Amino acid sequence: MKQTSLKRWFNSGGPGVWLSAGAVSIAVIMTIGLLAVIAVRGLGHFWPADVISARYDVPGQENHVLVGELVQSEQVPRARLKAAGLPVPDQGPEFMTRDLFKVGNRDISPSDFNWVIGEWLKDQRKPSELMTLERREWGNFYGYLVNVKEDGKVVAEGEAAWPQLQARIERVQGISDQLDDLEKGEIGAINHGIERLRLHARKLELNGELDAAAQADMATERAEYDARYKEVESRLGALHAEYNRDSLTARDANGKEIEISIGKVVHAYQPNAMGTMTKLGFYFQKLWEFLSDDPREANTEGGIFPAIFGTVMMTLIMAVIVTPFGVLAAVYLREYARQGVMTRLIRIAVNNLAGVPAIVYGVFGLGFFVYVLGGSLDQLFFPEALPAPTFGTPGLLWASLTLALLAVPVVIVATEEGLARIPLTLREGSLALGATKAETLWKIVLPMASPAMMTGLILAVARAAGEVAPLMLVGVVKMAPSLPLDGNYPYLHLDQKIMHLGFHIYDVGFQSPNVEAARPLVYATALLLVLVIALLNLSAVTIRNRLRDKYKAFED
Amino acid sequence: MQHEPHAHGINMSALGRKRQVLDLANEAVALEVPGLDLFYGEKQALFDIRMNIPKQRVTSFIGPSGCGKSTLLRTFNRMNDLVDGCRVQGEIKLYGHDIYTKGEDVAELRRRVGMVFQKPNPFPKTVYENVVYGLRIQGVNKKRVLDEAVEWALRGAALWDEVKDRLHESALGLSGGQQQRLVIARTIAVEPEVLLLDEPCSALDPISTLKVEELIYELKSKYTIVIVTHNMQQAARVSDYTAFLHMGKVVEYGDTDTLFTNPTKKQTEDYITGRYG
Repeated sequence: MKQTSLKRWFNSGGPGVWLSAGAVSIAVIMTIGLLAVIAVRGLGHFWPADVISARYDVPGQENHVLVGELVQSEQVPRARLKAAGLPVPDQGPEFMTRDLFKVGNRDISPSDFNWVIGEWLKDQRKPSELMTLERREWGNFYGYLVNVKEDGKVVAEGEAAWPQLQARIERVQGISDQLDDLEKGEIGAINHGIERLRLHARKLELNGELDAAAQADMATERAEYDARYKEVESRLGALHAEYNRDSLTARDANGKEIEISIGKVVHAYQPNAMGTMTKLGFYFQKLWEFLSDDPREANTEGGIFPAIFGTVMMTLIMAVIVTPFGVLAAVYLREYARQGVMTRLIRIAVNNLAGVPAIVYGVFGLGFFVYVLGGSLDQLFFPEALPAPTFGTPGLLWASLTLALLAVPVVIVATEEGLARIPLTLREGSLALGATKAETLWKIVLPMASPAMMTGLILAVARAAGEVAPLMLVGVVKMAPSLPLDGNYPYLHLDQKIMHLGFHIYDVGFQSPNVEAARPLVYATALLLVLVIALLNLSAVTIRNRLRDKYKAFED
Repeated sequence: MQHEPHAHGINMSALGRKRQVLDLANEAVALEVPGLDLFYGEKQALFDIRMNIPKQRVTSFIGPSGCGKSTLLRTFNRMNDLVDGCRVQGEIKLYGHDIYTKGEDVAELRRRVGMVFQKPNPFPKTVYENVVYGLRIQGVNKKRVLDEAVEWALRGAALWDEVKDRLHESALGLSGGQQQRLVIARTIAVEPEVLLLDEPCSALDPISTLKVEELIYELKSKYTIVIVTHNMQQAARVSDYTAFLHMGKVVEYGDTDTLFTNPTKKQTEDYITGRYG
């Protein structure tokens, strides 16, 4: 009886439905779980956590005061702690708490992250006057503000020091922006100009045209640049003096006082005194800084704007290269080539190309694009810069080209499918009106196949934007000194090396000297990479859907 | 009850048509086929076709499926060139000029010999852009000229009143019959000399069919029309001359009334009385 009903259930297809529904739910759960994990771990980093002050009382040792943020807490078996050599008493519950404290103050204490035993933390307090200093160097400082100095003279002490400090940080912020503008803007332009002059001279020399007149011309030009540089330099010196004018004295948990230049401070805040709304405002400010600032301290602090910019830039250039290339190839294969053994072979080759591991493309890109192509370009067009390579070194152009090569099969396949779907009757309709094949292709077939091309582009972007391995060989670096797009001719610097979110994750996560400090940034960057790719995809999908509506297949 | 006068043909008067006696010998010739063979690869599809298509008349091709009537029609504007392995021997003269001459401008030929297909195939563009498509191909871009052409062509295709308010909407929103008339308008907009209609009503409902048939009747005064049809009543209704094709050969060709009422060949009679096909 039971067997027949079970059999009936099997025959009804029930198990299949359950199985497939199960597969879908597992996929959904994994996707959501992945996003949730990186979102929670990454986004939590920017919250201004409370700073705890406690007496750390290790049995049999002199106690000292511990100040810092609680980062992580876990339960550890007593036996394991004992085995690790800690003076744990034999009696007590089986598990003890182990906390990870971010104590900061890397310049004065041996390490900025400490594992401590929770049970030994006595008198935990959150004094509201405890402050967190976010510094340009040496990471966070936790402690108490003693006084604020101007040119070495104390101007405010005690209660009055805090507003003074805030005002002076703001002032320094303004000077810092001016310094940045000067260094990146004017000095950048002057350096660019001097470099161009040098290359020009070298070129003339190579061509044997460097005569007295040209030399004189150049000398005057160089003198102009030098004068401008001198002028900017003096302004720079004045600004630097202003920048370093103020300083503050801070006392750490154990009473040690140190002096910190206010120019080195990014933010100063008292998290224990902040309300939830204030914290929220501060949170979004930090989040924005993460998106818009340059990285600091070997990428473990600050923002990741250059990496976002590099990723988007590279993907866009890749898209610009891959689309026409793939579409043209597909048009020839589908519309003009005589269908036969040869086209079949080419299709098989194209499909297989899509399955080649990415690192292989990286090796090819380095060997062919960078050394052969770039090297020849240098010989032909930039001989004056040699032996320093211009294009004969990894850079934005080669990274984009390598990715384009990697993604072109996807575009070809998608476009071909799109072309094959255009009904013959429409082509005949166009031809019957006196259009040539090319006109028909251009006016009827290609517009109607454009949604398919966009589909190909979406797949290409999805594949290329997340790729890291080949990029390490052809142009992505840990730290690029400047963005590939700036105000100096030719504005878009295809020869420059760039930063990339994917590589940034690898670099921060695995090459960083300060693993604990870097970990939240790895999650945050990973989340951002996913978001950037999703955004690129979403915009392409939107465009495709628009096109689809416009060229809705005429059958329906 | 009137006695059925033609027991072995179609009752022409029942189709509401005035009887007319025409003679091919008196007609001006638009297309002359002095002998044409056509092959698909090794297989021969048309055998020694010899016929003259009269100017400004409607000529219909009838015959069972696969008899080669569409193939023959498509040789008139070289649409067969698109078929892989299709080979033509012989010649077709359009007003005395062989269209199979080497170096013939096929695009220009197709402009002069327009074609309307079985299934309405408007482009996924607006009504307006559909009509001016051929003109734009010829490089006409003046708005005034295009506007005039659109109205003229749509009036010519008896569609103007129905679509004049939605010229800039997608042509795909029109009904099947309107789409087919739009395709005809699109074709006459480039002012062809010959109009080839390849079963233009087979995908349409009876009312749309009627409208297209009326249109064909109207267009006769300006264009030489060749129509392929499966529907013998339609051939009898709209055409002046009819050719019956069978197995790639022209079995009988002549004045429509005579062919339908008094076929000279046994095969023709069998076909039109429904004993075959």
